[in-house]
Amino acid sequence: MNEVIIIYAVTLLLAWPLGKYIAGVFKGGTGTGGTIFLPLETGLYRLFGVDPSQPMSWQGYGKALLKLHLVLVLIVFGLLMAQGALFLNPDGIDGMSWDLALHTAVSFLTNTNQQHYSGQAQLSYLAHTFGIVTLQVVTPAAGMAALISIVRTLLSRSDKKPQTSSDGTISVGNFYEDITRAIVRVMLPVATVIALILASQGVPNTYEGAQTATPLDQTAGMAVQNIPIGPVAPMVAIKQVGTNGGGWYGPNSSVPLENPTPLSNFVETVSIVLIPAALVFALGFLTGRRRLALVVMGVMVLMSVSLTSVAIWSENQPNAAFAGLTVEGANLEGKEVRFGATATALWGSWTTQTSNGSVNGMHDSFNPIGGMIPMVDMFINVTFGGIGVGLIGYLLFLLLAAFLGSLMIGRAPEIAGKTLEAREMKLVCIALLIQPLLILGFSAITVAFPALTGNSNPGFHGISQVIYEYTSAFANNGSGFEGLGDDTVWWNVTCAVNLALGRFIPILAPLAIAASLAAKRSAPEGRGSLGIDTATFGLMTLAVIVMFTLLSFMPVLILGPIAETLALMS
Amino acid sequence: MFNQTPKMTDSLEVGSIVRQSFKRLSPQSLARNPVMMVVGTGTLVTALLGITHLTQGEPAALDFAICAILLFTVLFANGAESVAEARGKAQAGALRATRESLKARKIDIDGDRVREVPATTLRKGDRVLVKPNELIPADGEIVNGAATINESAVTGESAPVLREAGTDNSGVSAGTKVLSDDIVVEVTADPGNSLLDRMIALVEGAKRQKTPSELALSVLLAAMTLIFLIVVVTLVPFAGFVGADPSFSVLVALLVCLIPTTIGGLLPAIGIAGMDRAMRANVIAKSGKAVEVAGSIDTLLLDKTGTITLGDRKAIAFETVQGVAAGTLRDAALLTSLADPTPEGKSVVALARNQGSDVEASEGTDFIEFSASTRMSGIDMPDGRVLRKGATDAIRKFVTENGGHYPDETDRLVERVAKNGATPLVVAEADRVLGIIALSDVIKTGIKERFAKLREMGVKTVMITGDNPLTAAAIAAEAGVDDFVAEATPEQKLDIIRKEQAEGRMVAMMGDGTNDAPALAQADLGLAMNSGTQAAREAGNMVDLDSDPGKLLEVVEIGKQLLITRGSLTTFSLANDVAKYFAILPALFLSSLPALGVLNILNLSNPMNAVLAATIFNALIIPALIPFALKGVRYTPASATQLLRRNLLIFGLGGLLLPFPAIKALDLMLTVAL
Repeated sequence: MNEVIIIYAVTLLLAWPLGKYIAGVFKGGTGTGGTIFLPLETGLYRLFGVDPSQPMSWQGYGKALLKLHLVLVLIVFGLLMAQGALFLNPDGIDGMSWDLALHTAVSFLTNTNQQHYSGQAQLSYLAHTFGIVTLQVVTPAAGMAALISIVRTLLSRSDKKPQTSSDGTISVGNFYEDITRAIVRVMLPVATVIALILASQGVPNTYEGAQTATPLDQTAGMAVQNIPIGPVAPMVAIKQVGTNGGGWYGPNSSVPLENPTPLSNFVETVSIVLIPAALVFALGFLTGRRRLALVVMGVMVLMSVSLTSVAIWSENQPNAAFAGLTVEGANLEGKEVRFGATATALWGSWTTQTSNGSVNGMHDSFNPIGGMIPMVDMFINVTFGGIGVGLIGYLLFLLLAAFLGSLMIGRAPEIAGKTLEAREMKLVCIALLIQPLLILGFSAITVAFPALTGNSNPGFHGISQVIYEYTSAFANNGSGFEGLGDDTVWWNVTCAVNLALGRFIPILAPLAIAASLAAKRSAPEGRGSLGIDTATFGLMTLAVIVMFTLLSFMPVLILGPIAETLALMS
Repeated sequence: MFNQTPKMTDSLEVGSIVRQSFKRLSPQSLARNPVMMVVGTGTLVTALLGITHLTQGEPAALDFAICAILLFTVLFANGAESVAEARGKAQAGALRATRESLKARKIDIDGDRVREVPATTLRKGDRVLVKPNELIPADGEIVNGAATINESAVTGESAPVLREAGTDNSGVSAGTKVLSDDIVVEVTADPGNSLLDRMIALVEGAKRQKTPSELALSVLLAAMTLIFLIVVVTLVPFAGFVGADPSFSVLVALLVCLIPTTIGGLLPAIGIAGMDRAMRANVIAKSGKAVEVAGSIDTLLLDKTGTITLGDRKAIAFETVQGVAAGTLRDAALLTSLADPTPEGKSVVALARNQGSDVEASEGTDFIEFSASTRMSGIDMPDGRVLRKGATDAIRKFVTENGGHYPDETDRLVERVAKNGATPLVVAEADRVLGIIALSDVIKTGIKERFAKLREMGVKTVMITGDNPLTAAAIAAEAGVDDFVAEATPEQKLDIIRKEQAEGRMVAMMGDGTNDAPALAQADLGLAMNSGTQAAREAGNMVDLDSDPGKLLEVVEIGKQLLITRGSLTTFSLANDVAKYFAILPALFLSSLPALGVLNILNLSNPMNAVLAATIFNALIIPALIPFALKGVRYTPASATQLLRRNLLIFGLGGLLLPFPAIKALDLMLTVAL
């Protein structure tokens, strides 16, 4: 128990200064760290031929973001299909099928890292380090850029006139400047520090090919063991700290080579929540709304602690298969004994809250209630959430709560002094509505046509698996429930659709809302207007989040994990 | 003599409301409201399911029971709208009926010929002659003459008021009665376009425009409906996958229970009732948006006179400068006020007479009327004496121009009087200042508490007055307004409104004069007095029939109440869903998945009763909340956070908990009944 409290405390204590630093980086001018990083950034701007000083409208910003992602996905898609014929492939790994390559490329493009393959066996060093890791650095930075842009446009204090872009519309900033700073000044330095710590703990960091070892005890029938290694430490670092989740090895951080020591497990766990939490503080420093940042943080910590507690409690209960046996103790099926039930449940909860998706144990083997928590975490997806996108998602619920809250105090709906009208509400509703539409829609088709979709898992657990897979894709989480034969054309293509829509609509809609609101006249916030930085409003937002999730997903939760639990009990 | 006051009727006919409710079942009518459209479709689907089951010889009671309950759900929602509409129309309709039976003496364009015509044929720009004891045939403006008028038909207030051509009080309403003097009235609206006609159009369903926040809320409700449609439709394959076979009728019932029928059904009624409440306060809103805007007002511009003070200032004392006899000042004050018809002028005369003055104006006296440019009034006597009274700076100029000296002592006197909240008028004879008349303002009782409440609500109050800054400051402090603008001209109001708006505030003001019109148009909420000029009434987006400057505060409260009712019932409606899930989901799966029986936390007697109880609750909650929708949620001024906390507790938490016992009770009743 103490380790959980310590990990929470250390994470939040580190997030505070990091958040202050991030806010400084984006505060305009050369920003914090400009003297060190600006020459490198200027070089990059020249290399790519972009102008970082040009203000962009929300459409311009969105287009630049989509353009970058389109180029990246084409490169990585080609790389994955052609990797067999390319260099840096000492183990002679073949190219991927088109659908697996598509799914993999989109999955990493959307900061999801859902894997329908096993990393060490199906990716060459080239694909791993230049394809996958590039996306693992760029995509969280893209999320961060979008968040910064939205927060800056939506929540900056009203006394500052909004900037306009060249065509006279409201400017939301410059995408190239935002994403470059996010990569150069935030993602790379933080990941480097973590990579160094992990390397010091014994995580491999080399370009040599797989190692061959001779087992001490050969009675098991294995003469030699082939141990794949490679530049693992940097990848694990960025996968943890960039809410990526896709590891070097298939079993992810449960493998000793990715996660060898208690310290590495501690560092990797903290890394999961570090930047998402720092961004909440950054919101406060960037806009001057520190109270709002604290309230948002309070709500997120409350949700996180509640859900994590349930997961930890559940995993410390015995496995149902042990019923009737005299063996007492935690459910250790699918867990590393060296981490134990509590640390694995904590990881499992955090990794799904943050859309990270890395694992240090198998969620499929969690007790039913414990297995439900990652699913609920992903339905909510704004308990810290993915880098940038988590807080953007929270802002959507904040807008919804502000809409109802304003009405309930007798004012026309508004947020931070800007009126919320049909146009904004349409965008909010679209961004919220596609979640049940895509998750429930695809899951329903999958269970309705098992022959067509290759879904072979029966009963309640089958529903849980299907829902989990699509939820993980939509939430851009990437963790797997496993036990699902998911490398098929159906799964690859439908998940790719879920991934892409689940990524870009919840980014672009709020960007449009922010720009639309910034163009309106803004009323001074006072006693009579809705205080979005009060504890009351924080709790109301929490209630909106809980109600929305509950109303959308209660039936499938009942037919999936809850029915499974009840069936196991009886 | 024609045009007698007819009797007014104000009753709600149950029969017509029921007829209306059925009429609104038509698809075109339902299509206006996506939530109710879904319920309507559900009614048809369950009916078809029932018939199919009947023909197949399977039990169909549940299908028909659900079908009937859903039909009632739609009818209740229609009924709510009809009741609200009927109430709104009853008020305005009675007034309209009055004017439709009126006749008019129309004056031909070319000359003085007068023809009798029905009032309904009058067009904008026509002129009519109205004689004493006749009802004015149409809304208009007096262009010739002055008359006392009994406006009780519109305002309910029987004390006669003076309306005069060329003043800020030249507006008259159809149906009001002229008591004295002939007047010529120019008609200001075509038939069907008068204020009342517009108001009636606003409450009538077909022409009613949705307000911005109503539109945005409709978007949210449609989205929630769509989400629940997705949830319920996808439930079919999920249930099939685990071997459950839920009844389609129950799935329809689940869908209808989940979609926000409560707020969806009451939304039109809430909007209509808001306008109706405004009308009951004798305020005619020109659009639904105007009522809604009232709730969001940040700054109130209030005329001091009539709003904060009783309006009629009274002379309370004469203060002489050194070397002037008290009687001299008294007599001079009286003489300057003899031709002053204002209550102020009359009070000066009365005070002087009370103190023993008996002077009279002699033959050949020239009376100088007060004008806005000179800001003085007075008298030029045949013996050459020139007496003036007026504002400090005006008299200073007058005395100096006459070669006199304006003593510092006057300034001290003025300051002393002003600091006590009274208005000083300086009296002078040619080049010599005689002294000061102190006019006292009486602050309305209870106004201070009202401003305190407004401050609590975060509304800033700005007092506008022509008084000098000292008097204004004293009154502002006494009344407790946040800010004041002294020595204000109507033009300044426009500047103040623009300045407040530039800072993002929503501004409300009240006005009556033609020179108020630009400000009324610029303000987010411009409340024109019905007694005001046509220009003012056209510029404002609301008209107060009582012409009561204090009405602005009431209007703000009505606007807030409207929005709170909307928001609170939405929250309530969505919070209700949790209990309905717990009632219906176990019932849906109980036969095929008995393990889910644990979720029947209400311990409802059987699946059929559970579904019926939830659906009946869902239907009955609509008529149960009609009084809420019509009267509006109780509103007591408080800070935003306090209001939010209270309404969240009542409608959020209440909405979450209430359905549990209610559904349980309905289940028990059904167990007894079936």
